[in-house]
Amino acid sequence: MKASEKTGGIIGWKDLELGCALIEPGTSKGFKTGDWRSQRPVTDKEKCIRCGLCWILCPDMAYRPTEDGFFDSDGNYCKGCGICARECPTDAIAMIREE
Amino acid sequence: MGVRVAMEVSIAAAEAAKLADVDVIAAYPITPQTHIVEHLAELVADGELDAEYVPVESEHSALSACIGSSAAGARTFTATCAQGLALMHEILFIASALRTPIVMMVVNRALSAPINIWNDHSDIMAERDCGWIQTFAENGQEVFDLTLHAFRVAEDHRVLLPIMVNLDGFILSHMIEPIDIPEKEEVRRYLPEFKPAMRLDPDRPISMGPVGIPEVYTEAKKQLDEALVASKGPIIQAWDEFGKIFGRHYKPVETYRCEDAEVLLLTMGSISETAMTAVDIMREKGVSVGLIRLRLWRPFPLDELRAAVKGADTLAVVDRAVSTGGPGGPVCSEVRSALFGLPNRPKVLGFIAGLGGRDVTLEMFEEMVNQSIEYAKEGKEQFYELVGVREL
Amino acid sequence: MIEIRIHGRGGQGAVTSAEIVATAAIEEGKYAQGFPSFGPERRGAPVTAFVRVDDKPIRLREKVYHPDIVVVLDPTLLEVVDVAEGLKDNGMVVINSTQSEDEIKSQYKIRSRMALVDATKIALDNLGLPITNTTMLGALIKATSVVNIDSINRAIDRRFGPIAPKNKMALEQAYKETRVEQ
Repeated sequence: MKASEKTGGIIGWKDLELGCALIEPGTSKGFKTGDWRSQRPVTDKEKCIRCGLCWILCPDMAYRPTEDGFFDSDGNYCKGCGICARECPTDAIAMIREE
Repeated sequence: MGVRVAMEVSIAAAEAAKLADVDVIAAYPITPQTHIVEHLAELVADGELDAEYVPVESEHSALSACIGSSAAGARTFTATCAQGLALMHEILFIASALRTPIVMMVVNRALSAPINIWNDHSDIMAERDCGWIQTFAENGQEVFDLTLHAFRVAEDHRVLLPIMVNLDGFILSHMIEPIDIPEKEEVRRYLPEFKPAMRLDPDRPISMGPVGIPEVYTEAKKQLDEALVASKGPIIQAWDEFGKIFGRHYKPVETYRCEDAEVLLLTMGSISETAMTAVDIMREKGVSVGLIRLRLWRPFPLDELRAAVKGADTLAVVDRAVSTGGPGGPVCSEVRSALFGLPNRPKVLGFIAGLGGRDVTLEMFEEMVNQSIEYAKEGKEQFYELVGVREL
Repeated sequence: MIEIRIHGRGGQGAVTSAEIVATAAIEEGKYAQGFPSFGPERRGAPVTAFVRVDDKPIRLREKVYHPDIVVVLDPTLLEVVDVAEGLKDNGMVVINSTQSEDEIKSQYKIRSRMALVDATKIALDNLGLPITNTTMLGALIKATSVVNIDSINRAIDRRFGPIAPKNKMALEQAYKETRVEQ
């Protein structure tokens, strides 16, 4: 087995963009991290005051504002870190174990 | 037609940057580099140069700001030396890897400790491998010319690499001598407007400087190394063009009275001029000696060097820095390595001189040549020695 | 090639006078170098500056060890510096002094030809300041022909702008009053 086959690069040096730049914007959208999750956040709309802290603090920008003024987390990106549940001022977010 | 004026060489460097119509200068003052950026700050403040002058709080920030401005598509200039260059160290590697065509004057000065503000090459030799093109000037005119050349080469789409133009601190930077300053029109003809190959633009977003995982990093380094090696062609071409427009001709490696020389000296920077005069004096006395001057240090001019040493028995390399604990001065080690596979290669001897502002005199070159002839006669192996070091 | 060493004290303009001589020579179409003794600058400390002038390009980057001409801007330097050190056999020392040649030769290690002028008085009269650099340039060109007075005056115009006329007057007076040993 040649060394390049066992430990080789994933792109030829001639195909790399100048200075290793990424010339296509927004490529992280295609990087779905939702399956890293072992827990998911569930918001109790009775307790939610729609302050948006979960949306602001989510490190993966998984939350999106909804039309009725609440915030939903996108399962494609939420890693289940629980920051939203921890920071929610009214304890409206519970982390539920994924089955 | 330009004009021939008496000018301090630092000011000439700044005037070259002005004629190149730089957009951004980000710099921090440090002796003996200060006059360059001081003059540029003055030109900007007086409205004689339409550029952004960014006064930063350190050299680390200076080069970081330069990378930002170059990435945004601005023609970018800076200057530093010694401790300042050392403080830029980590950013130097980023500038080349991101392929930002920054032009920087390095006013060579010794690194502390002991604290020393005078000339040698310890600052630049610590940055040999940072991926920048590196040239060395012999006199004030060349400082001016190499600065214009640097912009042209750096921004060439076949190159797109940052360039350091090295000039000896004080010995060149603080010297008043005649400089031919060309017309703006001539400079425009030589140096077209900067057209970035790639730039940060909110309308067409890209990411510069992402993570290079183990499966990419080797290929990224290969890309940079290939680019630096391949830049030699455009570097030479830009010198040829320079000669056609301005009538002054430059090559990566210059030879002086090397015909049939048994012993060759090899120098870099301003001591090359003293060495030429020393060769004249020795030739007059019947000593068979010539001189090789390296102008291009990165990419290393392998073929040109090999051609230049052809036929010589002995090559005495004069270093201006110590590779502490190493097998020779930095230039000597590389020259030895470059000639190793050559059949009938000359015996390469190493001399380290002119550290921390110690003067390199005519007599010193004669001593080195005489010593080399003696070593060659004895067949003695010598790696390196410090010229004129006092033992007791 | 002519090599000049200028002795002064930090702040007296030794470096500026080297710059002016080099500039004048270059304006005359010659090749020249003008440079300071490299290092930190301290007001009042003895300093030196250097000039080289030649008809062909100067390929020499070492310091000036054997000057043809030495210029001494301040008489008190004779007490503390061996101003004639390394001077060529047929060299010339141009000194700001009120003393005579014989007095200087009996007191100091100067054996060469001399040119003398009371530059401090001339500077005080013309500039109101004991800064003797431009005054001593008058003595230098009287004693030697390294550059001519017109090119020196043009270099002074460029360097000093509005205060150039006073400096040129001091230079001219020194040119007239300098006594050159034959």
